[in-house]
Amino acid sequence: MQITVTVNGQPYTGDVEPRLLLVHFLRDGLGLTGTHWGCDTSNCGACVVHVDGTPVKSCTALAVMCDGHEVTTVEGLERDGDLDAVQKGFAECHGLQCGFCTPGMMLTARWLLDRDPDPDEARIREAVSGQLCRCTGYENIVRAVRWAARHEAARAGAGTEARAGTGDGAAGGTREGTGP
Amino acid sequence: MQVPARFEYERASSVPHALALLERYGPESRVIAGGHSLIPMMKLRLARPDVLIDINGLEELSFLGVEDDVLVIGALVRHAQFLADPAVGRYFPIFHDAERVIADPVVRNRGTVGGSLCQADPSEDLSAAFAAVRATAVIQGPGGVREVPIRRFHRGPYETAVEPGELLVRLRVPIRPGAASAYEKVERRAGDWPVAAAGAQLRLDGGVIAEAGIGLTAVGAEHFAAPEAEEYLAGKAPGAEAFAEAGRIAAANCAPRADQRGPAAYKRHLAGELVRRALTRAAGRAAEGTAQGAGDRTGDRRGEG
Ligand SMILES: Cc1cc2nc3c(=O)[nH]c(=O)nc-3n(C[C@H](O)[C@H](O)[C@H](O)COP(=O)(O)OP(=O)(O)OC[C@H]3O[C@@H](n4cnc5c(N)ncnc54)[C@H](O)[C@@H]3O)c2cc1C
Ligand code: FES
Ligand code: FES
Repeated sequence: MQITVTVNGQPYTGDVEPRLLLVHFLRDGLGLTGTHWGCDTSNCGACVVHVDGTPVKSCTALAVMCDGHEVTTVEGLERDGDLDAVQKGFAECHGLQCGFCTPGMMLTARWLLDRDPDPDEARIREAVSGQLCRCTGYENIVRAVRWAARHEAARAGAGTEARAGTGDGAAGGTREGTGP
Repeated sequence: MQVPARFEYERASSVPHALALLERYGPESRVIAGGHSLIPMMKLRLARPDVLIDINGLEELSFLGVEDDVLVIGALVRHAQFLADPAVGRYFPIFHDAERVIADPVVRNRGTVGGSLCQADPSEDLSAAFAAVRATAVIQGPGGVREVPIRRFHRGPYETAVEPGELLVRLRVPIRPGAASAYEKVERRAGDWPVAAAGAQLRLDGGVIAEAGIGLTAVGAEHFAAPEAEEYLAGKAPGAEAFAEAGRIAAANCAPRADQRGPAAYKRHLAGELVRRALTRAAGRAAEGTAQGAGDRTGDRRGEG
């Protein structure tokens, strides 16, 4: 069946079997291996991508169901050679160790920040609660997302910067709140 | 690597088109909504439909809102949309409580209310929540539209009143002035299916219980309800003793089975205790004035209230 899916802003047209899962379409069809493939049972979240801006577990979606839709993978987070604030946060705060869970974590974090630019620790933990990290632990992942929130607020202007500061305090003082 | 068996794929553009496709392909065709129950079953080859009919484009099934004192929920409303809706939280905190603990936020972006009910898994959370509030399922087929009370919708594990060739199109839940509700679940880990769960709705009138609705899931309760406990509560004053007794009656009348989530005796214990907790929380909400129709209070957004 012929489908056209816009992936990271670029339309791809191809012939696929209806049973092809989105994760395999991205990895094997388009070579976008940044989307990881883990449990295969919609439990681990390594395969999370955005479909029309919303995180979805791509091991449990059919490529044909994305015909005419927009998909964003981890490769699409970077803009014009500039890493997304979430990617920078993971680098700054040691948010990854082996990196297996990282693409999915970052895509869900991006979605969370788009809806709530100043999430507290509980919000962040809830947002990624369907995603498993088996080596870094969640502490640094939370810090990485807080880092991204703070830096985006700082970039958006002085007024929001102050708000990001109080947000950390209200969250019960995640330790990096006093950081840069 | 888990891959579904081969199938053909059709995308429906309207409800009549979906019904025409179901008729054309017959009983070996299957509707796909969020796909979060069906795709895993197809990957394990527990389901092998010849044709999948995709209803994700049917905006007419995504309606969610209040019409003439009835909450109307389109079959294609996603869990996430149901959870975020302020009217749902205000009138039926039971759905809010339940949705917060169904799967995880990413799965909730995809899975639908209709898909959950049609899946009819014996542990489905929404089946108990809709049973507690005595919803009505609206089913459309080639012969037109028919309504089925939710307590006659589930016919057994993975079996519903939706016949081949038909679609569940929406749920209707009457808003009862003065009613308040809650949902309580015990799970092994965040986002897991329930070991057991209970939902309750209470309508008080003149200081006594005018009507109680109790839903139960994962414990083998027929039609996901506890009618004996509901009958016991009718006309009683709300209170700890009455709620504990209702829990005991509900526990005695369900039929849990041992599985990887726990032994039968533990689940029976949970059934009673969770019924008691859900009734207590619902009564607390009624007292706080977060009952239906009690003005504009949106209730607790995150359930801390
Ligand atoms: C990781 C994970 C964790 C989960 N945890 C929970 C949990 O804790 N509690 C819980 O209750 N559920 C849980 N679920 C299940 C989930 O809530 C629903 O079962 C799932 O979302 C079904 O909805 P769907 O739209 O994906 O249905 P689909 O998979 O698309 O369909 C399910 C079935 O319903 C039929 N169907 C769908 N829509 C219609 C319609 N409109 N008319 C007629 N037939 C229809 C399909 O043909 C199919 O047979 C979990 C799922 C996953 C993947
Ligand atoms: S591979 Fe998709 S959730 Fe684990
Ligand atoms: S970084 Fe290794 S699983 Fe998360």
